[in-house]
Amino acid sequence: MLEKALKGSKAYWLWVFALLGIIAVGFGFYLKQLDFGLGITGMSRDVTWGFYIAQFTFLVGVAASAVMLVIPYYLHNYKAFGRITILGEFLAISSVIMCILFIVVDLGQPMRLLNVLLYPSPNSMLFWDMIVLSGYLFLNLVIGWNVLDAERNSVPPAQWLKPLIYLSVPWAISIHTVTAYLYCGLPGRGFWLTAILAPRFLASAFAAGPAFLVLLCFIVRKVTKFDPGKEQIQTLAKVVVYGAIANIFFFACEVFVALYSQIPEHMDHLQYLFFGLHGHGILVPFMWTAMVLMVGGIILLVIPAARQNEAVLGVACVFTFIGIWIDKGLGMVSGGFVPNPLHEVNEYFPTFPEVMITIGVYATGFLVLTILYKVFVGVKEEVAV
Amino acid sequence: MNDKQKIIIGLIIFFAVFTFPFWYNHGAASSAPEPLLTDKAKEAKHCVRDADFMRKEHMQLLDGWRDRTVRDAQRVYEIDGKEYMASLSSTCMECHSNKADFCDKCHEYTSVDPYCWDCHTYPKEKK
Amino acid sequence: MEKNRRSFLKFAGVSVLGLGSLSLLDGLASEDAIASSGQASADATYKKTANALTAKRWGMVIDTRKLNGRICRKIEKVCHQTHNVPHHEEKKHEIKWIWETHYKHVFPEKQDEFLVDRLKELPIPVLCNHCENPPCVQVCPTQATFQRADGIVLMDFHRCIGCRFCMAACPYGSRSFNFRDPRADNAIKNENKEFPTRMKGVVEKCNFCAERLAVGKQPACVEVSKGALVFGDLSDPNSGVRKLLKENYAIRRKQNLGTNPSVYYLV
Repeated sequence: MLEKALKGSKAYWLWVFALLGIIAVGFGFYLKQLDFGLGITGMSRDVTWGFYIAQFTFLVGVAASAVMLVIPYYLHNYKAFGRITILGEFLAISSVIMCILFIVVDLGQPMRLLNVLLYPSPNSMLFWDMIVLSGYLFLNLVIGWNVLDAERNSVPPAQWLKPLIYLSVPWAISIHTVTAYLYCGLPGRGFWLTAILAPRFLASAFAAGPAFLVLLCFIVRKVTKFDPGKEQIQTLAKVVVYGAIANIFFFACEVFVALYSQIPEHMDHLQYLFFGLHGHGILVPFMWTAMVLMVGGIILLVIPAARQNEAVLGVACVFTFIGIWIDKGLGMVSGGFVPNPLHEVNEYFPTFPEVMITIGVYATGFLVLTILYKVFVGVKEEVAV
Repeated sequence: MNDKQKIIIGLIIFFAVFTFPFWYNHGAASSAPEPLLTDKAKEAKHCVRDADFMRKEHMQLLDGWRDRTVRDAQRVYEIDGKEYMASLSSTCMECHSNKADFCDKCHEYTSVDPYCWDCHTYPKEKK
Repeated sequence: MEKNRRSFLKFAGVSVLGLGSLSLLDGLASEDAIASSGQASADATYKKTANALTAKRWGMVIDTRKLNGRICRKIEKVCHQTHNVPHHEEKKHEIKWIWETHYKHVFPEKQDEFLVDRLKELPIPVLCNHCENPPCVQVCPTQATFQRADGIVLMDFHRCIGCRFCMAACPYGSRSFNFRDPRADNAIKNENKEFPTRMKGVVEKCNFCAERLAVGKQPACVEVSKGALVFGDLSDPNSGVRKLLKENYAIRRKQNLGTNPSVYYLV
């Protein structure tokens, strides 16, 4: 089926080569990082995880959100999603690939990556994260590819896929749960030390992932002959709004606990993010933007008339996606590190090379996504003929 | 199968790239270098283990030394009734103070790049 | 044709997978291989150095009553000199093993409105607490940071992959990361040849002078502290540290977290 990715229009190839160009630039900056060390990023001994790990966290959510298509289609027999479930699974594949790349670019000694296998340490959540992520990648590759292949041959998917599909449901939940456990099990970090972190991660994921998928559906409809379907997009929009509301609700719970209890260790981080602490507040405008975008997205999405207007829906999805991206990809990680364990404020903001490497990884993910979607659309067009 | 020509060209390119290291290094091959012994090393006659073992397994030995020293605080290596400090910088480099002629030559030849010296010190060499 | 290609690809895929997992198994087995090459072959054995200082659980008592700025600076200097801790110009690349700060940063959870005057501006050293229950060791994905039988929490720089999970886990901010090559730009002045440097991309921290204990010496900071820092075996009721703790009220950093630090402060 892969050969479908080799035949495309001029625009397709232009896009592919543009991505390759961005990847090359990002890789160039990565070589610089390898040479100099992670000192070319904005990270410091106080904020030891930055943009990379935050993107990783965010994208684990996007990957996990494929389950929001798998559950209705396979468990509730919601036939309409049969048309686009593979789009969700392919999005998961490219997201997990980006996740793995973000982990690698974040390592100080990437050549020693395999030490994680050489000295397996079940105490470490990172060890489990490696297992669940590679497992999820494998599951989605096998499922997505085989279901599409069956569709191409106009036969029902093989029986042995069924257990794998059912397994992929809890597995999707597990990847984001374990990712939350990376943070919420650390004794000295009050911002993350909350049992609701994993549920909140999942809620934001189930908003951001499907929101992105809605946008992808618009693009697919525009540039190919395949139409993901109006009903499908509308159902996705409802998933987005449930996820987004749950996310805001969980966030409100966190804010209440921190502010009402007034325990400084929990409150200080929120204060830093939204109002600034001891005169430092580089993230304040970003956090408020995120809040406005997330709430704005919800308002647009809950009103049926607005939601059903696809132009408004597009805007709402962009709002939701960017809002959650700022919240998770910028605030969540560095917010937990500021103030530091000695209650000193040392701020973090990504540097130019760091952003370029990040863009390079995103371009790699988009390239994988483009190729997979091209194959998908190619098969759909072939079957339609 | 009407792409015969394309396939053949592709195969040729693949073959050329695949065998690149061989023809690139053609004629450059030299005989394996002999590590040079300092006078002190010659005098001692015997290393921690016999020469054959050291030649083949010095990396495993050093790995063992490293793990035991760092992780178990066992810094003394005892063999045949003799005791040695399990230390690259002091024990090994005390006799083999000629890193360039003793270590680097063979490592370069075999294209291995151990990162010992990123952290550990070695004696300044007399020219 | 299609069928053939397909079965070929399947065969090739399975072979590659098989070969790949073979090398993985090889890797998993290699740890034992290394260990056995040290033991089984001939009659080589490892042991501790004869004059090594040993204990069941090493600990430190810091007597803030004997501290002053000069002693604190001396402590920091001798530690960083002994361990080749680089001094980078840029603050975000900073590396420190032991350093002085103030009461409100050492004990941020014990904020007192009416703190005794003496403690307000007094410089107090902070360092790795060598916790009995160390979160850093728990989270390390390669066991590069580990706890020795004598309680010292150490780094195996050879094994660290630089994920910095331990730095997120440490509730005391005791760890530093080599954001760049420590040897670059003359960041290490007067290198101590007895102790290795580090390389870029690994985490480092106070090691309770494990290398000095091995040759019968007290930690470098203790030696220059004029009695303000006392080092000894916490499990031995007759040790100097235990005597001090018996006679004085001591506090530890963030006791509520259950990490059980081995560094005590007399205030």
